Amino acid sequence: MGFLFEQDNFALFRDGFLQTIELSALSALLALLLGTLLAAFRVSPVPVLRAFGTAWVTLFRNTPLTLLFFAVTFGLPPLGVHFSHLVFAVLALGGYTASFVCEVIRSGINTVPLGQAEAARSLGMTFGQTLTLVVLPQAARTVLAPMSSVFIALPRNSAIAGAFSVGELYSAQQTFSERGYSIFAIFFWVACAYLLISATVATFFRFLESRLAVVR
Amino acid sequence: MTESPVEDSTPAAAAPLVVLDNVNKHYGALHVLQDIDLRITQGEVVVLIGPSGSGKSTLCRTINRLETIDSGTITVDGRPLPAEGKELARLRAEVGMVFQSFNLFAHKTVLENVVIGQVKVRKVPRPQAERTARELLERVGVGAQADKYPAQLSGGQQQRVAIARALAMKPKVMLFDEPTSALDPEMVNEVLEVMRQLAADGMTMVVVTHEMGFARSAANRVLFMADGRIVEQNTPDAFFTAPRSDRAKDFLSKILHH
Repeated sequence: MGFLFEQDNFALFRDGFLQTIELSALSALLALLLGTLLAAFRVSPVPVLRAFGTAWVTLFRNTPLTLLFFAVTFGLPPLGVHFSHLVFAVLALGGYTASFVCEVIRSGINTVPLGQAEAARSLGMTFGQTLTLVVLPQAARTVLAPMSSVFIALPRNSAIAGAFSVGELYSAQQTFSERGYSIFAIFFWVACAYLLISATVATFFRFLESRLAVVR
Repeated sequence: MTESPVEDSTPAAAAPLVVLDNVNKHYGALHVLQDIDLRITQGEVVVLIGPSGSGKSTLCRTINRLETIDSGTITVDGRPLPAEGKELARLRAEVGMVFQSFNLFAHKTVLENVVIGQVKVRKVPRPQAERTARELLERVGVGAQADKYPAQLSGGQQQRVAIARALAMKPKVMLFDEPTSALDPEMVNEVLEVMRQLAADGMTMVVVTHEMGFARSAANRVLFMADGRIVEQNTPDAFFTAPRSDRAKDFLSKILHH
């Protein structure tokens, strides 16, 4: 266990840890924004938008994440799209997670009685106002529990980015392995780091749930 | 409307506020609205009655396009109902609607329910909107409940808040879709009283109801619907004392004797 504090190992571990957090946070932000937008598309009265939302979910939710990373990292540069490895990873992970976020939000929207939206529309609210002022705030509470699962899975999914030149936690593990340290010691620390992140996310969502429980 | 000659009790001079012209609607094979022609003038109170499934709620909901129609035209204040979008939203702001199940925004306080439409749709400054909201809540007798959430109110109170919410938009016409059907009996009157007051103040109203007492006392005109058609229309007195169609006679005999 002590290897972590030898040589520059801690710096490498710390950088990987921070990179994982950065990658996860950016992907989570993208997933949340894009997922909400996609959910709005999927319930919108415009058929083209509905089709787009459905297509996105079908494509991204049903494709292995590793394949998505491949597609983004090696598919975009030939099309003239050049970003850093981190940005590519954020696009792949964010786009993938957005499809899950979309479905979670859509299920939340479906729990809000139709009459709420009808009342909003009968007051003259636009589709966007109906969604953001009336439906989504009421969907938020039911959505929190499944949403926390999505966002706990996200940092763990981010480990795949390690295979695509992002120096995150899992790629730090590879370096340690190559340096010949005990595999159990390495995985102990890596697991601790992921556990810390997941537990933080879970605690955050539990906090949100208790806050929103008071409203109503 | 072959079964009964139409006796329009409204003055011919006034331009109609709501006009339905040859409106048809199907739910799959079911022809819920058949060749509906209807003119409602400013200040008129029209009560729609009829057996369940006759299309009266559907008819009411087509007027602000919560239900789309298959053919025919509907105009409100001279303008045909636009397709879905900003234009329709603007028109809906002019048409107040009160639902059977109240549909107050559950996550907003009573006051906020009445404020939100004014601020977000009418762009009224918030202080003024709150003042209007409190006045309206006072007027429908729930001023003391302003800071509660809808779930904390009785059904009758909620429905009166819903009426205040619709009135806050200063609508040209109010639609009531069975406003008392979900209420406990002792709360029906407090809602009907507010509606009577509204009618007396000259609001144009379309009311779908099973409250025959209200139809008698507050309506200018009673429309009797069955199987998607307006079978008969008349003044309440004439309709209730001497219905012309067999369908109406049958319907009244079932509901008035118990």
